[in-house]
Amino acid sequence: MTNDVKVSIRNLYKIFGSDPQAALEDVRGGMTKPQLLEQRQHVLGLSDINIDIRAGEITVIMGLSGSGKSTLIRHLNRLIDPTAGEIRIDGADILAYGEEALRQLRQERMSMVFQKFALLPHRTVLENAGMSMAIRGYSREEYESEANRWLDRVGLGGYGDHHPFQLSGGMQQRVGIARALTSNSEIMLMDEAFSALDPLIRTDMQNLLLELQNELHKTIVFITHDLDEALKLADHLVILNDGQVIQQGEPQGILLNPADPYIEDFVSDINRARVLRVRSVMEANEGEVDCIAGEVDHDDTLEHVIAKSRGDTSASYRVMKDGNQVGVLDMQSLVRALVPTHAAENGVRASMSD
Amino acid sequence: MASYDFIFDSLGLREWCDGESKSGPMTMDQLLGQAAGQDADQGASIWELPFPSLDALNEACSAMPQTRNMTKGLEEGFLAVKDSLKFILDPLTQPLSWLLDGALYVSLSAPWWIVIPILLGVVFAVTKSSKLVGFVAICVFALAFIDHYDYAMKTLSIIFVCAFLCVILGVPIGIAMSRSDTMQRSTIPILDMLQTLPPFVYLIPLIFLFSVTESKLYGIAIILYAIVPVIRLTDLGIRLVDKDVIEAADAFGMSERQKLFGVQIPLALPNIMAGVNQTIMMSLAMVVIASLVSAPGLGVLVLRGIRNLELGVGLVAGLGIVLLAVILDRVTKASLARINATQNQ
Ligand SMILES: Nc1ncnc2c1ncn2[C@@H]1O[C@H](COP(=O)(O)OP(=O)(O)OP(=O)(O)O)[C@@H](O)[C@H]1O
Ligand SMILES: [Mg+2]
Repeated sequence: MTNDVKVSIRNLYKIFGSDPQAALEDVRGGMTKPQLLEQRQHVLGLSDINIDIRAGEITVIMGLSGSGKSTLIRHLNRLIDPTAGEIRIDGADILAYGEEALRQLRQERMSMVFQKFALLPHRTVLENAGMSMAIRGYSREEYESEANRWLDRVGLGGYGDHHPFQLSGGMQQRVGIARALTSNSEIMLMDEAFSALDPLIRTDMQNLLLELQNELHKTIVFITHDLDEALKLADHLVILNDGQVIQQGEPQGILLNPADPYIEDFVSDINRARVLRVRSVMEANEGEVDCIAGEVDHDDTLEHVIAKSRGDTSASYRVMKDGNQVGVLDMQSLVRALVPTHAAENGVRASMSD
Repeated sequence: MASYDFIFDSLGLREWCDGESKSGPMTMDQLLGQAAGQDADQGASIWELPFPSLDALNEACSAMPQTRNMTKGLEEGFLAVKDSLKFILDPLTQPLSWLLDGALYVSLSAPWWIVIPILLGVVFAVTKSSKLVGFVAICVFALAFIDHYDYAMKTLSIIFVCAFLCVILGVPIGIAMSRSDTMQRSTIPILDMLQTLPPFVYLIPLIFLFSVTESKLYGIAIILYAIVPVIRLTDLGIRLVDKDVIEAADAFGMSERQKLFGVQIPLALPNIMAGVNQTIMMSLAMVVIASLVSAPGLGVLVLRGIRNLELGVGLVAGLGIVLLAVILDRVTKASLARINATQNQ
């Protein structure tokens, strides 16, 4: 997996209102979102966003409703233009793009999956899946096989002649994903793509996405307000609140060291045993240790280890990666990791925020 | 002495008033007053104070214009621009005459055993309902049986031509309105006016502009009256298209053109068709009124019924119009329902 930065966002601001440039001065001067709304009747959408989105990874942007997630993702294909800042894709400044270049970017290098599916209701499933190729000027004969291939891949083989209204929500979103995949773009933007689906279907779709990602290694930007979903999918997790990034990094790290009471609130409801991995709580140690009860993989969940230990808290395990020992996990630190840290109390917050 | 003498006296305008010749023509009121031997000044009590209208002021000061001068001025102004207006409008609207005359000629000169099957074929093509085709067949045969076939065909041809032109002109106007708020704001008052003006009113200037023997006279009257709903509903339909779908179209890089023809118009089609239905119904209403300015068809019979007090003729023609209305309404609604079924949202 390459780890080049695919999309880089620098000092991005977005202010909604009649005179955003004037309001920008105030925001840079330290005005907060509620103040800006009250004193200037402008809405602070995004404030000083800096994110590097790496190629081949799933970057999840998480935040509560109104935190600016949709606004942020729409900047990447310029459905919304920023008030200030810089967005580079493969090093090229997309804010400088003219209409033609922008259309080409949207047609060939980016695709999008929407919360409410947003399929064309008057076109068949096949035509929807082939939409992006049709836009580029391919005829139905030319895009048919490609569209059918991806429809098959998302489990909708044989539905090509149906209309979207004849499908269930989950199936419609599969069409949405097939449509994004048929465009063969490197970057996929997914705005709460699974939020409108019921929990079981949702899990299916998450698994489908991970499966596809293992194969295709796209650069995916995924938006969600659901922490479980975020932790399941994310290689890189960005947490937004009121238009600001409050913490970003590897999901395990955020879980173990929440930088902010807001994030603590978020992570306090989570089943930590199921989410945390051995590698995040183990002690790196390649030497010999006593009382080893067995071996575990570095990518196992803690839940798996607990089941293996049958509740014995005195045991220690050798942590293996690709057949080599990379560390040692003792059950006591495992149990400690299951209790949420209170960042504000033990100073983690202070050390993270500077 | 008139009621408002004091105004002009106090403003020192008496001289200006009297300076104008006093010999302006008298109004009917003045004449009547004279005939009754009354003094205009007689009831000077506050109860009889007239509203200070142009006519009342003119009584006090003959230099003031009278209201009829205003209407006369309007008329003269219109007559003055009439020729240049005609110079521009005549060639522009000439194709309308050709279309109407052509349609009338074709529908009447083709034999009934060709026209009726074509008509039924069209009905089947747009509705795919054999029940409706049967209903239309019964109505047309009934009308033909009582010797109203020619009249009904004339009415139908005029409606087809006018409704077709309404769609050709109205849909692009509606699209332009949906894309620009300024355009919408400036067009809506005109549409409101066209819709609320009694149809007789815009017949008047049209009579001055075009000769009553030209078919474009009633063609224009019908189009002006009937074009409103198709414009309004096209605008509304496009504005109502799901924002998410439009966003998806943008996100996948559709050009404005692809978006318009591939997304907006197809999704607005149910609304546009509802507008077409109303436009056709309004053309029918207007084609009857337009028989006053020599539009042929069933309206002529209705007019004859009124003029010559031929009750039977008028009533039967009226019922014939109702039949046509029902047919046109059913057929357009059925094709609308078909569009809705294929989109089903
Ligand atoms: N066009 C707009 N005009 C004014 N304010 C806007 C506009 N679009 C978004 N906002 C504001 O920007 C903020 C962020 O909105 P956004 O839609 O990005 O939130 P979100 O995180 O996607 O929320 P949700 O989870 O509900 O989708 C909100 O306060 C919203 O009111
Ligand atoms: Mg959103």
